[in-house]
Amino acid sequence: MLKYSIKRVLWMIPMLIGISLISFFIMHLAPGDITNNEAAFNPKASEESRQKLRELYNLDKPIIVQYGLWLKRMVQFDFGNSFATHQKPVFLGTTDTDGNYTKGMIEEALPITLMINLLGLAITLTLAIPLGILAARKYQRWQDKSITLFNFIGFSIPGFWLSLLLMYWLGVANNWLPISGLHSLNYENLSTWDQLKDSISHLIMPVIIPSVTGLAGITLFVKNGMLDVLNQDYITTARAKGLGEHTVVYTHALRNALLPLITIIGLSIPGLIGGSVIAETIFAIPGMGKLFYDAVLMRDFPVVMGVLTIGSALTLLGNLLADIAYALADPRVRRGVARG
Amino acid sequence: MNINTPASIANTPLIDIFKFITTLSILSCFTFASCSQQPEASIDYNKSYPSQDGGTMISAMTGEPSGLIFMVAGESASAAIASNIFNSLLKYNGNLDIEGDLAESWQISDDQKTITFKLKPNLLWADGKPLTSADVLFTWKTVTDENTRSPYASDYQLVSNAEATDALTFKVTYGQVYAPALDSWASLHILPKHLLAGQDIRTTSFARKPVGSNYYQLSQWNHGENLKLTRNPNSVLGQAAIDQLVTRIIPDNSAQFLELMADNIDSMGLDPIKYSRIIPARPELKKNLNLYKELGNSYTYLGFNLKHKPFDDIRVRKAINYAIDKQEIIDGVYLGLGINISSPYKPGTRWSNPTLKPYSYDPEKSRALLKEAGFTKNANGILERDGKPFAFEIITNQNKEREKSAVIIQRRLKEIGIDVKIRAIEWASFISRFINTGDFDVVILGWGLGLDPDQYNIWHSSQQAPGQFNFIGYNNPTVDKLLEQGRSELNPDKRQEIYHTFTEQLLADSPIVYLSAGYGLTAIHKRIEGIVNPIPPAGIGYDSHKWYIPKPYRRNQISAN
Repeated sequence: MLKYSIKRVLWMIPMLIGISLISFFIMHLAPGDITNNEAAFNPKASEESRQKLRELYNLDKPIIVQYGLWLKRMVQFDFGNSFATHQKPVFLGTTDTDGNYTKGMIEEALPITLMINLLGLAITLTLAIPLGILAARKYQRWQDKSITLFNFIGFSIPGFWLSLLLMYWLGVANNWLPISGLHSLNYENLSTWDQLKDSISHLIMPVIIPSVTGLAGITLFVKNGMLDVLNQDYITTARAKGLGEHTVVYTHALRNALLPLITIIGLSIPGLIGGSVIAETIFAIPGMGKLFYDAVLMRDFPVVMGVLTIGSALTLLGNLLADIAYALADPRVRRGVARG
Repeated sequence: MNINTPASIANTPLIDIFKFITTLSILSCFTFASCSQQPEASIDYNKSYPSQDGGTMISAMTGEPSGLIFMVAGESASAAIASNIFNSLLKYNGNLDIEGDLAESWQISDDQKTITFKLKPNLLWADGKPLTSADVLFTWKTVTDENTRSPYASDYQLVSNAEATDALTFKVTYGQVYAPALDSWASLHILPKHLLAGQDIRTTSFARKPVGSNYYQLSQWNHGENLKLTRNPNSVLGQAAIDQLVTRIIPDNSAQFLELMADNIDSMGLDPIKYSRIIPARPELKKNLNLYKELGNSYTYLGFNLKHKPFDDIRVRKAINYAIDKQEIIDGVYLGLGINISSPYKPGTRWSNPTLKPYSYDPEKSRALLKEAGFTKNANGILERDGKPFAFEIITNQNKEREKSAVIIQRRLKEIGIDVKIRAIEWASFISRFINTGDFDVVILGWGLGLDPDQYNIWHSSQQAPGQFNFIGYNNPTVDKLLEQGRSELNPDKRQEIYHTFTEQLLADSPIVYLSAGYGLTAIHKRIEGIVNPIPPAGIGYDSHKWYIPKPYRRNQISAN
C-alpha cells in the first residue's frame, strides 16, 4: 500500500510536466498577447511601448525558450508575477523591502472558491444520498418519479437564469438576502457574530443554487448504485435471513452502493478548484473561475499557467486520494493493489 | 401570491412541487410586477437642500483597476479611481478649456517650444509632505523611463529638456513645437517623489496604497469587492462635500442593475434598453433616479482596408456609404440614443466642423456609383466586375452593438447587390490576427478619443506599420500636411481652421463610414444633489466634488451589503 502510494506520487511529476508543456503550447496557439488587450488599443499608446513590453516579458523569444524559462522558475517554486500591469505575484504573496505585503492572486482567489464549492458539495451530498436511497427503495413508485422529475428540472434550469430570478426575488422584491458580493460594506465594524451572519447571508445564494442544479447527477448515481446492490444475491440472502429492512438497506446495501461516489468526488475536484465563471461573475465573487477567465482574455500567461499548474497538481492529488480511499474502502481493490 | 403556501407542502417529499411553485411565483413577480412588496421608504427624494458635508456615495464598476498608478495601469477603471486621488498640472474646465490644476499659471515661450509652469504655493500631499516641482520632475522622469514602459510615454518623450528651476517652477522644452503638449500635461497624474524614489514603479505596493493630493484618498481596498475613498484632509484645492466614495466591483451588468433597484448603489452606467425601456416602465425606480445622457468622445465606424481592391476606389467607398442607413442603425441598435456624425470629433466642440453633412441614405446614388465603377449585376443579383462577384466579410470584435449594426448593414448592402458575411472574434485574436496583419476587408470598430484634436496617429500615412493605428492604410498627402500643421500650431483659432479643413477632406475621401456616436447613459439616485444640469461639455463627472447628499437622504447605515 505504501509502496503503491509512493509510486503514484512519483508518477505525478512527469504527468505535471507533460500537462504544463501541453497547456503552455496550447495557450500560445491563441493569437495575441498581453500587449493586444483592449486598454492598449489607444492612439496615445505607441507601438514602441508595446514592443518594449514584449521584450520585458520575453514574448519575443521562441515558445520553447519561453517554456524553458518558465520551467526554470517553476523548479524554484516561483510562479512569477502577472503580466497585467502592476505585476502582482501569481501564487503566493511577497513582501517588499519596506515591509509592504502584496497578496498573491491565487492565494486570494483559491480559498474563496474552495469554500463555496466545498459547502456546495456538502449540501449536494447531504441531499443527494437520502434522495437517491429513497428513489431506489421506491423504484418506479411516485416518490421515485417525483425525485426524477425534480432532478430533471434542476438539471435543465440554466444556473445563471435561476440566479438572476432568485436575486430579484430574495434581494430586490424582498429585502431578505444581499444580492451580490461577499461582505457588506460595513463588515469591518460588525461584531464577530454579525460578521458571521453577514458572511452566511452572502453565501446562501452562490452556494445553494449550483448545488441544487448539480443535484441531479449525484442523486442518479446513488439511486443506480443502490438499485444494483439491492438486486444482488447477498441482499436476497440478508432478507432471507430475516434481517429488518432498515438493517438490510443501511448496513449491508448502502456501504457498497456508495463506493462509486468516491470516484465521483475524486472527479469533481477540478471543478472544486476551478470555480465557475458565470456564477462568480453574476454574484461578484472574486474567485478562481473569474481570475482564470480574465487572464485568458488578457493573455496573461503567468496567471493562466499558474492556475493550470496548481489546478492540475491538486487534481492529480485528488485522484490519488480518491484511489487510496477506494482501496481502503474496498478490500477487492486493496488486494489487487497489493498484488500489483 | 403562492409564496407562503408551499411551506406546508415542503414537509412532504414533494420538494419538486415546492420548487416548481416557487419558481412560478418568481416568474409571476417578473411578469406582473405585482409582488414588489419592498418596504417602501416613504422618502420624497425630489426636495432640494442646500449643500452640506458628509454622507457616502456608492457606485459600481464592472472591472477592477489593476493598480492606481495610471501611467502604468493604463486601463479606464484605473483612471476612474485614480483621478479622484491624484492631480495633474493642468485640467479641463466645464467648457473644455484648459486651466490650472496644480499649476497656478503657465507661460509659453516666443518660439513656442518651452512651457514654464508655476505651481500653486503651499501644496501638500495627503500625508502632509510638501508637493513641489521636484515631484513634477520626478513624475516626468518616471513616465519617460525605459523601465516604466508606460503605454503613454510617447507624448512626454518629445520633451527634450525638463527642469525644476525652483520649488514652484517647472520648465519643459520640446525639440519642436508640439501643440498637444498642454493636453498631455492635463492627463499626467503627478506622483510623490518622497514615496516612490528608488522603487520599481511596475511592482511597487504604492499602486495599491497610493498617496495623492486630490480631494480624496484611498482608505481601503478589498480586492475583488470594493474600493473606499475618504476625503483628503490635506487637499489644498478645498474640501469635497461627500465624505466617502465607495466603488463596488460588480462584473455583471444585470447584477449591478438589481443592486440599483434594491437601492444598494447610487449610480451606474446604463445601456440603451435600461435607459429607455426598463427604467421608464417602472415607476418605483423612476421616482428615485435621475437619468443623464451625454455625448462621449467616441464613435463607431465601418472601416475599409484601402489597400484591398475594390476599396481603393473612392466610388465604391462612397457607394457603400450611401447604401447604409445610419439613422436605422441608431434607432435599431441604440434605441435612438446616438447621433449621426460627419467628423471624428464630438459635435458641439470647436473642432467639429458644423458645415459638414453626413452621407445620406441614398441607394439610387449608390447603385449609380457602383455602375460607374464598373460593376454589373449577374444572374444571382450580385454585383460583379471582371467576373468576380462583389463579396466581402465584415469583421468585428464580440460586441453586441457592433454585431447588430453589422447585420443591418449586411441587409442594406444585399439590396444593392453586395454579398456580405459577418464574423465576430474575441478581442486579442481580432487585433493580432486581423488588424495588426492588415488581413481584413472591412471592420466595424470604434475610437474613444482624448480632448485634443490631434489625430496624427490614426490618419497620417506614416502610421501604417503593424501595431500602429492607421491600419486601414489611409494615405492622402493633403491630410498628412494638415495633420503636421495642426500638431505645430498653438493658436486655437488657426488650429480650428486646420482641423475643419482636415475633416472636410476626410469626409470627401470616405475611408470610413461614420456609423454613430452613442450617448453615455448614467443613472444617479436623487439623493445625490448638486449635479450640474444641463451637463457641461466636460461631462457629468465635472465638479463632482461639489455633489452632496442632504442629511435626510443618507442611508442610516450601509447595511444591505
